[in-house]
Amino acid sequence: MKKIIPIGPYHPLQEEPEFFKLYVEEEKVVDIEIEIGYNHRGIEQISTLKHYDQIPFVVERICGICSTSHPFAYVNAVEDLAGIDVPVRAKYIRSIIGELERLHSHFLWLGLAGHFIGYNTIWMWSWKHRENVCDILEVISGNRQHYAMFKVGGVRRDIPNDLVPQIEKMCDGLLSVIDMFRGAIMDDPVIHARLKGVGVLTKEDAIKYCVVGPTARASGIDIDVRRDDPYAAYGEVEFNVPVLYNGDVFDKAVVRILEMYESIKIIKQCLEKLKKEPEGNIETKIDFIPPGEGIGRHEAPRGEVFHYIRSDGSNRPIRHKIRAPSYMNIASNKVAAVGQTIADAAITLAAVDPCYCCTERATVVDLKTNQEILCWDDLVKLSQQKTEKIRKLYE
Amino acid sequence: MSEIINKITQRISEDTIELFKKNDRRYYIEIKPESIKKVASLLFNELGFRFITATGMDCEKYFEIIYHFSYDKTGEIVSLRVKLSKEKPEIYSLSSIFSAAEWIEREIWEMIGINFIGHPNLKHLLLSDDWPDNSYPLREK
Repeated sequence: MKKIIPIGPYHPLQEEPEFFKLYVEEEKVVDIEIEIGYNHRGIEQISTLKHYDQIPFVVERICGICSTSHPFAYVNAVEDLAGIDVPVRAKYIRSIIGELERLHSHFLWLGLAGHFIGYNTIWMWSWKHRENVCDILEVISGNRQHYAMFKVGGVRRDIPNDLVPQIEKMCDGLLSVIDMFRGAIMDDPVIHARLKGVGVLTKEDAIKYCVVGPTARASGIDIDVRRDDPYAAYGEVEFNVPVLYNGDVFDKAVVRILEMYESIKIIKQCLEKLKKEPEGNIETKIDFIPPGEGIGRHEAPRGEVFHYIRSDGSNRPIRHKIRAPSYMNIASNKVAAVGQTIADAAITLAAVDPCYCCTERATVVDLKTNQEILCWDDLVKLSQQKTEKIRKLYE
Repeated sequence: MSEIINKITQRISEDTIELFKKNDRRYYIEIKPESIKKVASLLFNELGFRFITATGMDCEKYFEIIYHFSYDKTGEIVSLRVKLSKEKPEIYSLSSIFSAAEWIEREIWEMIGINFIGHPNLKHLLLSDDWPDNSYPLREK
Protein backbone atom coordinates (compact mmCIF):
# COMPACT_ATOMS: atom_id res chain seq x y z
CA MET A 1 0.00 0.00 0.00
CA LYS A 2 1.53 3.30 -1.07
CA LYS A 3 0.96 6.31 1.10
CA ILE A 4 1.88 9.95 1.00
CA ILE A 5 2.96 11.63 4.21
CA PRO A 6 2.85 15.40 3.99
CA ILE A 7 4.93 17.12 6.66
CA GLY A 8 4.25 20.80 6.96
CA PRO A 9 3.85 23.25 5.38
CA TYR A 10 3.45 25.99 7.86
CA HIS A 11 2.76 27.58 11.13
CA PRO A 12 2.66 31.35 11.54
CA LEU A 13 5.49 31.41 14.07
CA GLN A 14 8.04 29.32 12.27
CA GLU A 15 11.27 30.57 10.90
CA GLU A 16 11.74 28.37 7.86
CA PRO A 17 8.47 26.99 6.55
CA GLU A 18 8.86 23.93 4.41
CA PHE A 19 6.74 21.10 3.23
CA PHE A 20 7.97 17.55 2.93
CA LYS A 21 5.82 15.10 1.08
CA LEU A 22 7.03 11.60 1.88
CA TYR A 23 6.01 8.81 -0.48
CA VAL A 24 5.85 5.70 1.61
CA GLU A 25 5.54 2.01 0.79
CA GLU A 26 4.84 -0.07 3.87
CA GLU A 27 7.37 1.36 6.32
CA LYS A 28 9.85 2.60 3.77
CA VAL A 29 10.25 6.11 2.35
CA VAL A 30 10.58 5.69 -1.41
CA ASP A 31 10.56 9.29 -2.54
CA ILE A 32 10.39 12.75 -1.09
CA GLU A 33 9.22 16.06 -2.46
CA ILE A 34 10.36 19.26 -0.82
CA GLU A 35 8.50 22.52 -1.22
CA ILE A 36 9.53 25.83 0.28
CA GLY A 37 8.35 29.39 -0.05
CA TYR A 38 5.24 29.36 2.11
CA ASN A 39 6.28 32.43 3.99
CA HIS A 40 8.40 34.25 1.45
CA ARG A 41 8.96 37.74 2.81
CA GLY A 42 10.88 39.31 -0.03
CA ILE A 43 13.71 40.47 2.21
CA GLU A 44 16.12 40.80 -0.72
CA GLN A 45 13.78 43.38 -2.22
CA ILE A 46 13.02 45.13 1.10
CA SER A 47 16.73 45.45 1.69
CA THR A 48 17.18 47.49 -1.49
CA LEU A 49 14.72 50.04 -0.06
CA LYS A 50 16.71 50.64 3.12
CA HIS A 51 19.99 52.46 3.59
CA TYR A 52 23.16 50.62 4.54
CA ASP A 53 22.84 51.31 8.25
CA GLN A 54 19.27 49.99 8.47
CA ILE A 55 19.88 46.73 6.63
CA PRO A 56 21.53 44.86 9.57
CA PHE A 57 18.22 45.16 11.43
CA VAL A 58 16.29 43.83 8.44
CA VAL A 59 18.54 40.85 7.75
CA GLU A 60 18.77 40.05 11.46
CA ARG A 61 15.10 39.14 11.27
CA ILE A 62 15.62 36.47 8.61
CA CYS A 63 16.34 33.88 11.27
CA GLY A 64 15.15 33.81 14.85
CA ILE A 65 17.77 31.37 16.08
CA CYS A 66 21.00 32.29 14.34
CA SER A 67 20.00 35.93 14.20
CA THR A 68 23.50 37.34 14.09
CA SER A 69 24.63 35.26 11.10
CA HIS A 70 23.00 37.42 8.48
CA PRO A 71 24.20 40.80 9.81
CA PHE A 72 27.64 39.21 10.15
CA ALA A 73 27.75 38.13 6.50
CA TYR A 74 26.18 41.42 5.43
CA VAL A 75 28.77 43.63 7.11
CA ASN A 76 31.49 41.40 5.66
CA ALA A 77 29.99 41.97 2.20
CA VAL A 78 29.79 45.75 2.54
CA GLU A 79 33.28 45.94 4.00
CA ASP A 80 34.53 43.80 1.10
CA LEU A 81 32.80 46.14 -1.32
CA ALA A 82 34.19 49.34 0.16
CA GLY A 83 37.51 47.99 1.45
CA ILE A 84 36.77 49.05 5.03
CA ASP A 85 39.01 47.94 7.87
CA VAL A 86 37.44 47.37 11.26
CA PRO A 87 39.05 48.21 14.64
CA VAL A 88 40.65 45.17 16.29
CA ARG A 89 38.40 45.36 19.32
CA ALA A 90 35.31 45.23 17.13
CA LYS A 91 36.69 42.13 15.41
CA TYR A 92 36.99 40.29 18.71
CA ILE A 93 33.52 41.36 19.78
CA ARG A 94 32.10 40.11 16.48
CA SER A 95 33.70 36.70 16.87
CA ILE A 96 32.56 36.41 20.49
CA ILE A 97 28.95 37.11 19.54
CA GLY A 98 29.16 34.69 16.61
CA GLU A 99 30.47 31.88 18.79
CA LEU A 100 28.03 32.49 21.65
CA GLU A 101 25.31 32.16 19.08
CA ARG A 102 26.74 28.88 17.79
CA LEU A 103 26.73 27.53 21.35
CA HIS A 104 23.10 28.29 22.05
CA SER A 105 22.00 27.17 18.61
CA HIS A 106 23.73 23.80 18.96
CA PHE A 107 22.22 23.35 22.44
CA LEU A 108 18.83 23.99 20.92
CA TRP A 109 19.39 21.40 18.19
CA LEU A 110 20.74 18.85 20.63
CA GLY A 111 17.64 19.20 22.78
CA LEU A 112 15.25 18.74 19.88
CA ALA A 113 17.20 15.82 18.46
CA GLY A 114 17.06 14.21 21.90
CA HIS A 115 13.32 14.72 22.05
CA PHE A 116 12.76 13.17 18.63
CA ILE A 117 14.46 9.94 19.60
CA GLY A 118 12.78 9.80 22.99
CA TYR A 119 15.59 11.15 25.16
CA ASN A 120 13.59 13.85 26.85
CA THR A 121 16.14 14.24 29.61
CA ILE A 122 18.69 15.41 27.05
CA TRP A 123 16.08 17.86 25.80
CA MET A 124 15.41 19.36 29.23
CA TRP A 125 19.07 19.51 30.27
CA SER A 126 20.22 20.96 27.01
CA TRP A 127 17.65 23.75 27.04
CA LYS A 128 18.38 24.47 30.66
CA HIS A 129 22.06 25.06 29.94
CA ARG A 130 21.26 27.02 26.80
CA GLU A 131 19.73 29.61 29.10
CA ASN A 132 23.19 30.41 30.50
CA VAL A 133 24.36 31.41 27.04
CA CYS A 134 21.23 33.44 26.33
CA ASP A 135 21.63 35.21 29.68
CA ILE A 136 25.16 36.28 28.80
CA LEU A 137 23.97 37.53 25.42
CA GLU A 138 21.31 39.51 27.24
CA VAL A 139 23.91 41.02 29.55
CA ILE A 140 26.06 42.02 26.58
CA SER A 141 23.42 43.28 24.17
CA GLY A 142 20.17 43.66 26.10
CA ASN A 143 18.51 40.89 24.10
CA ARG A 144 18.44 37.10 24.22
CA GLN A 145 17.95 37.10 20.46
CA HIS A 146 18.33 39.79 17.80
CA TYR A 147 21.32 41.32 19.54
CA ALA A 148 21.60 44.26 17.12
CA MET A 149 25.35 44.28 17.68
CA PHE A 150 26.53 44.66 14.10
CA LYS A 151 26.98 47.71 11.94
CA VAL A 152 29.06 48.40 8.87
CA GLY A 153 32.49 49.45 10.13
CA GLY A 154 32.27 47.93 13.60
CA VAL A 155 29.85 47.00 16.33
CA ARG A 156 27.16 49.01 18.06
CA ARG A 157 28.01 48.13 21.66
CA ASP A 158 31.24 47.43 23.45
CA ILE A 159 31.86 44.48 25.75
CA PRO A 160 33.30 46.32 28.77
CA ASN A 161 36.41 44.72 30.27
CA ASP A 162 34.74 44.20 33.64
CA LEU A 163 32.22 41.91 31.96
CA VAL A 164 34.95 39.55 30.79
CA PRO A 165 35.21 37.47 34.03
CA GLN A 166 31.48 36.79 33.93
CA ILE A 167 31.65 35.48 30.36
CA GLU A 168 34.72 33.40 31.17
CA LYS A 169 32.97 31.88 34.16
CA MET A 170 29.98 30.95 32.02
CA CYS A 171 32.28 29.31 29.44
CA ASP A 172 34.12 27.31 32.08
CA GLY A 173 30.81 26.15 33.51
CA LEU A 174 29.68 24.98 30.08
CA LEU A 175 32.71 22.74 29.56
CA SER A 176 31.57 20.21 32.11
CA VAL A 177 28.06 20.36 30.65
CA ILE A 178 29.33 19.58 27.16
CA ASP A 179 31.44 16.77 28.63
CA MET A 180 28.26 15.36 30.09
CA PHE A 181 26.43 15.50 26.75
CA ARG A 182 29.36 13.96 24.96
CA GLY A 183 29.28 11.10 27.42
CA ALA A 184 25.51 10.77 27.24
CA ILE A 185 25.61 10.45 23.45
CA MET A 186 28.93 8.84 22.58
CA ASP A 187 28.97 6.26 25.39
CA ASP A 188 25.35 5.17 25.15
CA PRO A 189 24.96 1.88 23.22
CA VAL A 190 21.25 2.60 22.61
CA ILE A 191 22.00 5.90 20.88
CA HIS A 192 24.70 4.18 18.83
CA ALA A 193 22.21 1.56 17.71
CA ARG A 194 19.50 4.14 17.10
CA LEU A 195 21.43 6.78 15.14
CA LYS A 196 24.35 5.05 13.43
CA GLY A 197 23.69 4.36 9.78
CA VAL A 198 20.47 6.40 9.85
CA GLY A 199 19.90 9.15 7.30
CA VAL A 200 23.25 8.72 5.60
CA LEU A 201 24.38 11.49 3.27
CA THR A 202 27.35 10.13 1.34
CA LYS A 203 30.30 12.32 0.46
CA GLU A 204 29.42 12.15 -3.24
CA ASP A 205 25.88 13.37 -2.60
CA ALA A 206 27.12 16.01 -0.20
CA ILE A 207 29.37 17.39 -2.94
CA LYS A 208 26.62 17.21 -5.55
CA TYR A 209 24.17 19.09 -3.34
CA CYS A 210 26.92 21.48 -2.19
CA VAL A 211 25.87 21.18 1.45
CA VAL A 212 27.58 23.31 4.06
CA GLY A 213 28.28 23.44 7.78
CA PRO A 214 27.94 20.47 10.15
CA THR A 215 25.95 18.60 7.49
CA ALA A 216 28.97 18.70 5.18
CA ARG A 217 31.53 18.13 7.91
CA ALA A 218 29.73 14.97 9.08
CA SER A 219 30.03 13.62 5.53
CA GLY A 220 33.78 14.05 5.36
CA ILE A 221 33.92 17.44 3.62
CA ASP A 222 36.48 19.55 5.42
CA ILE A 223 35.13 23.08 4.97
CA ASP A 224 34.68 25.92 7.39
CA VAL A 225 34.56 29.55 6.27
CA ARG A 226 36.09 30.70 9.55
CA ARG A 227 39.29 28.83 8.73
CA ASP A 228 39.23 28.87 4.91
CA ASP A 229 38.39 32.54 4.34
CA PRO A 230 39.19 34.17 7.70
CA TYR A 231 37.22 37.26 8.71
CA ALA A 232 36.64 39.12 11.99
CA ALA A 233 39.07 37.66 14.56
CA TYR A 234 39.04 34.08 13.28
CA GLY A 235 42.43 34.47 11.63
CA GLU A 236 44.02 35.36 14.96
CA VAL A 237 42.78 32.54 17.16
CA GLU A 238 43.49 28.83 17.16
CA PHE A 239 40.76 26.26 16.74
CA ASN A 240 40.14 22.91 15.10
CA VAL A 241 37.48 21.98 12.60
CA PRO A 242 36.02 18.60 13.57
CA VAL A 243 35.31 16.40 10.56
CA LEU A 244 33.64 12.97 10.60
CA TYR A 245 33.10 10.56 7.76
CA ASN A 246 29.94 8.47 8.05
CA GLY A 247 27.38 11.12 7.15
CA ASP A 248 24.73 9.62 9.42
CA VAL A 249 22.69 11.32 12.13
CA PHE A 250 25.11 10.13 14.81
CA ASP A 251 28.04 11.87 13.15
CA LYS A 252 26.00 15.04 12.65
CA ALA A 253 25.29 15.10 16.38
CA VAL A 254 28.91 14.40 17.34
CA VAL A 255 30.26 17.07 14.97
CA ARG A 256 28.04 19.65 16.64
CA ILE A 257 29.11 18.61 20.13
CA LEU A 258 32.79 18.78 19.21
CA GLU A 259 32.23 22.18 17.63
CA MET A 260 30.93 23.52 20.91
CA TYR A 261 34.31 22.87 22.53
CA GLU A 262 35.97 24.84 19.74
CA SER A 263 33.53 27.71 20.19
CA ILE A 264 34.44 27.98 23.86
CA LYS A 265 38.11 27.89 22.91
CA ILE A 266 37.60 30.75 20.46
CA ILE A 267 35.57 32.86 22.92
CA LYS A 268 38.21 32.49 25.62
CA GLN A 269 41.06 33.45 23.31
CA CYS A 270 39.09 36.46 22.03
CA LEU A 271 38.30 37.61 25.57
CA GLU A 272 41.96 37.34 26.51
CA LYS A 273 42.96 39.55 23.57
CA LEU A 274 39.99 41.88 24.02
CA LYS A 275 41.29 42.91 27.42
CA LYS A 276 44.48 44.28 25.84
CA GLU A 277 42.64 46.56 23.40
CA PRO A 278 41.54 50.08 24.45
CA GLU A 279 37.90 50.19 25.48
CA GLY A 280 35.47 52.09 23.29
CA ASN A 281 37.39 51.81 20.03
CA ILE A 282 34.76 49.77 18.25
CA GLU A 283 33.90 51.57 15.05
CA THR A 284 35.39 52.99 11.85
CA LYS A 285 33.54 55.99 10.55
CA ILE A 286 32.14 55.51 7.06
CA ASP A 287 31.31 58.46 4.85
CA PHE A 288 29.90 56.76 1.81
CA ILE A 289 29.75 53.42 0.04
CA PRO A 290 31.38 53.55 -3.40
CA PRO A 291 29.89 51.86 -6.48
CA GLY A 292 30.92 48.24 -6.89
CA GLU A 293 30.15 44.79 -5.60
CA GLY A 294 31.07 42.81 -2.53
CA ILE A 295 30.74 39.29 -1.17
CA GLY A 296 30.56 38.40 2.50
CA ARG A 297 30.39 35.05 4.20
CA HIS A 298 29.96 33.80 7.73
CA GLU A 299 30.04 30.30 9.15
CA ALA A 300 26.67 30.23 10.91
CA PRO A 301 25.72 27.35 13.23
CA ARG A 302 24.09 25.62 10.25
CA GLY A 303 26.80 26.44 7.71
CA GLU A 304 27.95 29.13 5.37
CA VAL A 305 25.76 32.24 5.02
CA PHE A 306 26.41 34.13 1.81
CA HIS A 307 25.61 37.77 1.02
CA TYR A 308 26.24 39.63 -2.22
CA ILE A 309 25.85 43.41 -2.41
CA ARG A 310 25.86 45.62 -5.49
CA SER A 311 26.11 49.36 -5.01
CA ASP A 312 25.67 52.21 -7.47
CA GLY A 313 27.17 54.77 -5.09
CA SER A 314 23.89 55.84 -3.52
CA ASN A 315 22.98 55.15 0.11
CA ARG A 316 21.09 51.96 -0.77
CA PRO A 317 22.23 48.76 -2.48
CA ILE A 318 20.73 48.03 -5.89
CA ARG A 319 20.91 44.28 -5.37
CA HIS A 320 21.26 42.25 -2.22
CA LYS A 321 21.45 38.48 -2.68
CA ILE A 322 21.16 36.32 0.42
CA ARG A 323 21.70 32.58 0.66
CA ALA A 324 21.11 30.85 3.96
CA PRO A 325 22.78 27.48 4.68
CA SER A 326 19.50 25.57 4.92
CA TYR A 327 18.81 26.45 1.27
CA MET A 328 21.51 23.94 0.37
CA ASN A 329 21.11 21.54 3.31
CA ILE A 330 17.36 20.96 3.14
CA ALA A 331 17.61 20.00 -0.53
CA SER A 332 19.96 17.15 0.45
CA ASN A 333 17.11 15.47 2.35
CA LYS A 334 16.04 14.25 -1.06
CA VAL A 335 18.80 11.66 -0.88
CA ALA A 336 19.28 11.30 2.88
CA ALA A 337 15.67 10.44 3.74
CA VAL A 338 14.92 8.06 0.85
CA GLY A 339 15.33 4.43 1.83
CA GLN A 340 14.72 5.15 5.50
CA THR A 341 11.76 3.92 7.52
CA ILE A 342 9.04 6.31 8.65
CA ALA A 343 10.30 5.96 12.21
CA ASP A 344 13.60 7.47 11.08
CA ALA A 345 12.04 10.23 8.98
CA ALA A 346 11.68 12.74 11.80
CA ILE A 347 15.27 12.54 12.98
CA THR A 348 16.70 12.42 9.44
CA LEU A 349 14.85 15.53 8.32
CA ALA A 350 15.82 17.17 11.60
CA ALA A 351 19.48 16.24 11.37
CA VAL A 352 20.37 19.07 9.00
CA ASP A 353 19.01 21.41 11.67
CA PRO A 354 16.26 23.18 9.80
CA CYS A 355 13.57 24.89 11.82
CA TYR A 356 11.34 22.41 13.60
CA CYS A 357 8.16 24.33 14.25
CA CYS A 358 7.53 24.04 10.54
CA THR A 359 7.21 20.32 10.81
CA GLU A 360 4.69 20.48 13.63
CA ARG A 361 1.79 19.88 11.30
CA ALA A 362 2.32 16.50 9.71
CA THR A 363 -0.31 14.14 8.44
CA VAL A 364 -0.28 10.64 7.02
CA VAL A 365 -2.90 10.07 4.35
CA ASP A 366 -3.83 6.66 3.06
CA LEU A 367 -4.20 7.10 -0.68
CA LYS A 368 -6.65 4.22 -1.02
CA THR A 369 -9.16 5.18 1.61
CA ASN A 370 -8.13 8.75 2.24
CA GLN A 371 -8.83 8.06 5.86
CA GLU A 372 -5.95 7.15 8.04
CA ILE A 373 -4.47 10.28 9.53
CA LEU A 374 -1.20 10.38 11.40
CA CYS A 375 0.18 13.68 12.65
CA TRP A 376 3.76 14.85 13.31
CA ASP A 377 3.31 13.87 16.95
CA ASP A 378 2.66 10.31 15.81
CA LEU A 379 5.82 10.37 13.71
CA VAL A 380 7.82 11.49 16.72
CA LYS A 381 6.09 8.80 18.78
CA LEU A 382 7.06 6.17 16.18
CA SER A 383 10.62 7.39 16.39
CA GLN A 384 10.57 7.21 20.18
CA GLN A 385 9.05 3.72 20.15
CA LYS A 386 11.88 2.51 17.94
CA THR A 387 14.40 3.79 20.48
CA GLU A 388 12.43 2.08 23.24
CA LYS A 389 12.61 -1.22 21.38
CA ILE A 390 16.37 -0.90 20.96
CA ARG A 391 16.74 0.04 24.61
CA LYS A 392 14.92 -3.15 25.68
CA LEU A 393 17.40 -5.22 23.68
CA TYR A 394 20.22 -3.79 25.75
CA GLU A 395 18.57 -4.34 29.11
CA MET B 1 47.14 36.23 -9.56
CA SER B 2 46.92 33.00 -7.62
CA GLU B 3 47.70 29.57 -8.96
CA ILE B 4 44.12 28.40 -9.27
CA ILE B 5 43.01 31.57 -11.08
CA ASN B 6 45.87 31.12 -13.55
CA LYS B 7 44.70 27.58 -14.21
CA ILE B 8 41.20 28.83 -14.94
CA THR B 9 42.20 31.69 -17.18
CA GLN B 10 44.46 29.46 -19.27
CA ARG B 11 41.66 27.00 -19.88
CA ILE B 12 38.89 29.46 -20.68
CA SER B 13 40.71 32.20 -22.56
CA GLU B 14 38.41 31.98 -25.59
CA ASP B 15 35.27 32.04 -23.39
CA THR B 16 36.34 35.00 -21.27
CA ILE B 17 35.13 38.52 -21.95
CA GLU B 18 36.60 40.24 -18.91
CA LEU B 19 38.48 39.28 -15.76
CA PHE B 20 38.20 41.57 -12.77
CA LYS B 21 40.19 41.10 -9.61
CA LYS B 22 38.42 42.81 -6.74
CA ASN B 23 40.98 41.71 -4.14
CA ASP B 24 43.07 38.66 -3.30
CA ARG B 25 40.11 36.45 -2.57
CA ARG B 26 37.41 37.80 -4.91
CA TYR B 27 37.50 37.37 -8.68
CA TYR B 28 34.78 38.18 -11.19
CA ILE B 29 35.01 36.63 -14.65
CA GLU B 30 32.58 37.66 -17.34
CA ILE B 31 32.11 34.83 -19.83
CA LYS B 32 30.05 34.18 -22.94
CA PRO B 33 26.62 32.81 -21.98
CA GLU B 34 26.96 29.82 -24.34
CA SER B 35 30.10 28.67 -22.50
CA ILE B 36 28.50 28.48 -19.05
CA LYS B 37 28.22 24.68 -18.97
CA LYS B 38 31.80 24.18 -20.06
CA VAL B 39 33.21 26.65 -17.55
CA ALA B 40 31.00 25.51 -14.65
CA SER B 41 31.93 21.90 -15.30
CA LEU B 42 35.63 22.81 -15.38
CA LEU B 43 35.37 24.58 -12.04
CA PHE B 44 33.15 22.03 -10.31
CA ASN B 45 34.27 18.68 -11.72
CA GLU B 46 37.93 19.24 -12.51
CA LEU B 47 39.19 21.93 -10.17
CA GLY B 48 37.12 21.07 -7.09
CA PHE B 49 35.19 24.29 -6.63
CA ARG B 50 31.99 24.32 -4.57
CA PHE B 51 28.91 26.03 -5.99
CA ILE B 52 27.61 28.62 -3.51
CA THR B 53 24.65 30.15 -5.29
CA ALA B 54 23.72 32.37 -8.20
CA THR B 55 22.53 35.96 -8.20
CA GLY B 56 20.14 37.08 -10.91
CA MET B 57 19.47 40.72 -11.51
CA ASP B 58 17.79 43.03 -13.93
CA CYS B 59 20.20 45.67 -15.20
CA GLU B 60 18.70 48.31 -17.44
CA LYS B 61 19.83 46.97 -20.80
CA TYR B 62 20.34 43.30 -20.06
CA PHE B 63 19.80 40.58 -17.47
CA GLU B 64 22.74 39.40 -15.47
CA ILE B 65 23.40 36.14 -13.66
CA ILE B 66 26.41 35.77 -11.41
CA TYR B 67 27.36 32.22 -10.47
CA HIS B 68 29.41 32.20 -7.28
CA PHE B 69 31.92 29.37 -6.78
CA SER B 70 34.05 28.88 -3.70
CA TYR B 71 37.52 27.35 -3.67
CA ASP B 72 37.65 26.21 -0.07
CA LYS B 73 41.33 25.30 -0.04
CA THR B 74 42.35 28.96 -0.29
CA GLY B 75 39.09 30.78 0.52
CA GLU B 76 38.84 32.37 -2.92
CA ILE B 77 35.49 33.08 -4.56
CA VAL B 78 35.21 33.08 -8.33
CA SER B 79 32.05 34.68 -9.66
CA LEU B 80 31.12 33.90 -13.25
CA ARG B 81 29.13 36.70 -14.79
CA VAL B 82 26.92 36.25 -17.85
CA LYS B 83 24.86 38.95 -19.54
CA LEU B 84 21.68 37.90 -21.30
CA SER B 85 19.64 39.85 -23.81
CA LYS B 86 16.29 41.27 -22.74
CA GLU B 87 14.57 39.96 -25.87
CA LYS B 88 15.28 36.28 -25.27
CA PRO B 89 16.65 35.69 -21.78
CA GLU B 90 17.76 32.07 -21.66
CA ILE B 91 20.79 30.04 -20.68
CA TYR B 92 21.70 26.37 -20.22
CA SER B 93 20.78 24.86 -16.88
CA LEU B 94 23.61 23.67 -14.66
CA SER B 95 21.53 21.15 -12.74
CA SER B 96 22.92 18.24 -14.77
CA ILE B 97 26.40 19.14 -13.43
CA PHE B 98 25.40 19.66 -9.79
CA SER B 99 21.98 19.17 -8.17
CA ALA B 100 22.55 22.25 -6.02
CA ALA B 101 21.69 24.45 -9.01
CA GLU B 102 18.11 23.19 -9.24
CA TRP B 103 16.52 25.41 -6.61
CA ILE B 104 18.33 28.63 -7.41
CA GLU B 105 17.54 28.27 -11.11
CA ARG B 106 13.87 27.84 -10.29
CA GLU B 107 14.10 30.96 -8.13
CA ILE B 108 15.76 33.06 -10.84
CA TRP B 109 13.24 31.77 -13.38
CA GLU B 110 10.24 32.83 -11.33
CA MET B 111 11.69 36.08 -9.97
CA ILE B 112 13.33 37.50 -13.09
CA GLY B 113 11.99 35.37 -15.90
CA ILE B 114 15.13 33.78 -17.29
CA ASN B 115 14.55 30.44 -18.97
CA PHE B 116 16.92 27.61 -18.08
CA ILE B 117 17.30 25.19 -20.98
CA GLY B 118 17.34 21.58 -19.87
CA HIS B 119 16.17 22.12 -16.28
CA PRO B 120 14.39 18.94 -15.12
CA ASN B 121 11.69 20.60 -13.04
CA LEU B 122 11.23 24.28 -13.84
CA LYS B 123 8.31 25.22 -11.59
CA HIS B 124 7.66 27.77 -8.85
CA LEU B 125 9.87 27.51 -5.79
CA LEU B 126 9.02 30.50 -3.60
CA LEU B 127 5.94 31.92 -5.32
CA SER B 128 2.63 30.12 -5.25
CA ASP B 129 1.68 27.81 -8.10
CA ASP B 130 -1.10 30.09 -9.32
CA TRP B 131 1.18 33.12 -9.68
CA PRO B 132 0.28 34.85 -12.98
CA ASP B 133 2.47 34.09 -16.00
CA ASN B 134 4.82 36.77 -17.27
CA SER B 135 4.81 38.64 -14.00
CA TYR B 136 8.28 38.70 -12.45
CA PRO B 137 8.70 40.39 -9.05
CA LEU B 138 12.39 41.27 -9.31
CA ARG B 139 12.23 42.82 -12.78
CA GLU B 140 12.63 46.58 -12.88
CA LYS B 141 9.45 48.29 -13.97
